[in-house]
Amino acid sequence: MTALLEVRGLRVVFDGFAAIDGLDLTVEEGELRFLIGPNGAGKTTLIDVVTGLTKPAAGSVRFGGQELVGRREHRIVRMGVGRTFQTAAVFEELTVVENLDLADTFRLPLRSLLRRRRGVSDAVASALEAADLTALADKPAGVLSHGQRQWLEIGMLLVQRPKLLLLDEPVAGMSRSERERTGELLHRIAATHTVVVVEHDMEFLRKYARKVTVLHQGHVLREGSVAEVQEDPQVREVYLGRAKGKAVT
Amino acid sequence: MTLGRVSLVVCVVLLALAPLALSPFRLGLLAKYLCFAIVAVGIALAWGRGGMLTLGQGVFFGLGGYAMAMYLKLEEAGSAGLPDFMVWSGVEELPALWKPFGNPVFALAAVVLVPGLVAFLLGLLVFRQRVRGAYFAILSQALAAAFVILLVGQQGLTGGTNGMTNFSRFFGLDLTDPNGQRAVYAIAALVLGVTFLVAKLLVRSRFGRLLVAVRDGEDRVRFLGYDPAVVKTITFTISAVMAGLAGALFVPVVGIISPAMLGIVPSLELLVGVAVGGRFVLAGAIAGAIAVNYAKTLFSEDFAEGWLYLQGGLFVLVLVFAPKGLAGVVESARARWSRKPVEVTA
Repeated sequence: MTALLEVRGLRVVFDGFAAIDGLDLTVEEGELRFLIGPNGAGKTTLIDVVTGLTKPAAGSVRFGGQELVGRREHRIVRMGVGRTFQTAAVFEELTVVENLDLADTFRLPLRSLLRRRRGVSDAVASALEAADLTALADKPAGVLSHGQRQWLEIGMLLVQRPKLLLLDEPVAGMSRSERERTGELLHRIAATHTVVVVEHDMEFLRKYARKVTVLHQGHVLREGSVAEVQEDPQVREVYLGRAKGKAVT
Repeated sequence: MTLGRVSLVVCVVLLALAPLALSPFRLGLLAKYLCFAIVAVGIALAWGRGGMLTLGQGVFFGLGGYAMAMYLKLEEAGSAGLPDFMVWSGVEELPALWKPFGNPVFALAAVVLVPGLVAFLLGLLVFRQRVRGAYFAILSQALAAAFVILLVGQQGLTGGTNGMTNFSRFFGLDLTDPNGQRAVYAIAALVLGVTFLVAKLLVRSRFGRLLVAVRDGEDRVRFLGYDPAVVKTITFTISAVMAGLAGALFVPVVGIISPAMLGIVPSLELLVGVAVGGRFVLAGAIAGAIAVNYAKTLFSEDFAEGWLYLQGGLFVLVLVFAPKGLAGVVESARARWSRKPVEVTA
């Protein structure tokens, strides 16, 4: 396996506070990696840096050997890095299909966008199905429930066909059954893509995670399988400081 | 046929019959409203669809208008002469800036290209720096103010405060003759029709969807692989070209172009019509622009000082009680109408 994402010596400073300090992370091609850590550990900040939203003070982020730091957001997307946000951001006035179509057409030359959309591309159709939104295809995205919006966003990512997917808390605020379906969707995606998931939910983690990276105060604390990480005393102390002594449940 | 189609046909018929029904004076006024309606289409694109509150469309209107006026003035003055206002301001030789405008092809191209280029460069500069919302609105308004100062200051080049007037011919048409006026009216109506059609196609295209996405979530659009600055710049440029065309038509229609028609207040007046009619619907913006300008004429004839207050009041009322304008009122009425049977059965 080859490294798809290599983060080296990353440092991010907000108003004098180092949100990320000396972080190194390698994600291999084809991996499904979970990022966990207490609030303020720098998980979302890391995703923001990789996708160009936040500029680091120092360090490098290489994707397939190419430096991402300093590139503009849409350029990074065009290189093959896709992301979702904690609060699902879909375009409420556009229909579900139009939302997906928008994620599909960024590779087209601008002048071909001046034409009307005719029909639905294969990628959009299969994403509709994967996200279980076929019945709502022509409804404005504004009518979707919270869970459906998250799936629509994941569907948009699928249509975008990135090499690397970064999901920021995809199951936050979801019901139990929605979580399960999201987990299944996640596994299906992970079969063909490299995926990094930021997640708080321990149950979800145990069920679907393979390799886990624990962040703490802006650097990597521990990396390993779910069981290894859960057994690690240091992880228990920082991650579940208040529940010291108890098993990680 | 849908309601939209029916009203479109009705409007086309009304516009076609207007020359038969209206006196030349009234027809001239209607042609003026049509010019403002062309600007309104551009504003509806930029503001309604793209979320760019442009308070300085007068600049592009003026650039188009002055380009046209310069050609007409040179045409009138003949090959040797100078435009009348230059003689009065003591200019003895035709300024270099004016020389190419003697060529009608150049002048017509300038009507489109100069506003387009200014908007394009400004858009690239501003939107890439992620200037948006109120900051963009203020910037565009400041531009209108600066443009007027520039025009007034260059008396010998632009005619200063008086601008340019006394146009009698327009590409072979006699503007003092009712037939010539009718022809100019027909051109304005035709350009409005084409503008509307182009805008409609754009709104319905994938680009139109993308534009709405940029309006509602500019930052999210970046992560779909698009550069919002490019989308906004293109749209802003198109809206500026429309304003430029309208300004160029305004010159033969009204017979004058001066800084008083391009500053902050006229730029805002262009916006009021769009807001009243409904900025999210192209036809609404057109209807609003025509209606508000008609009301202005009506009130100015009888009670001129009151109009500004009335217009301001109208603007506030619309923004508070019907933020989607008349088009929004019509839309919700239609939605209620078509929903009624369902509610009865439920």
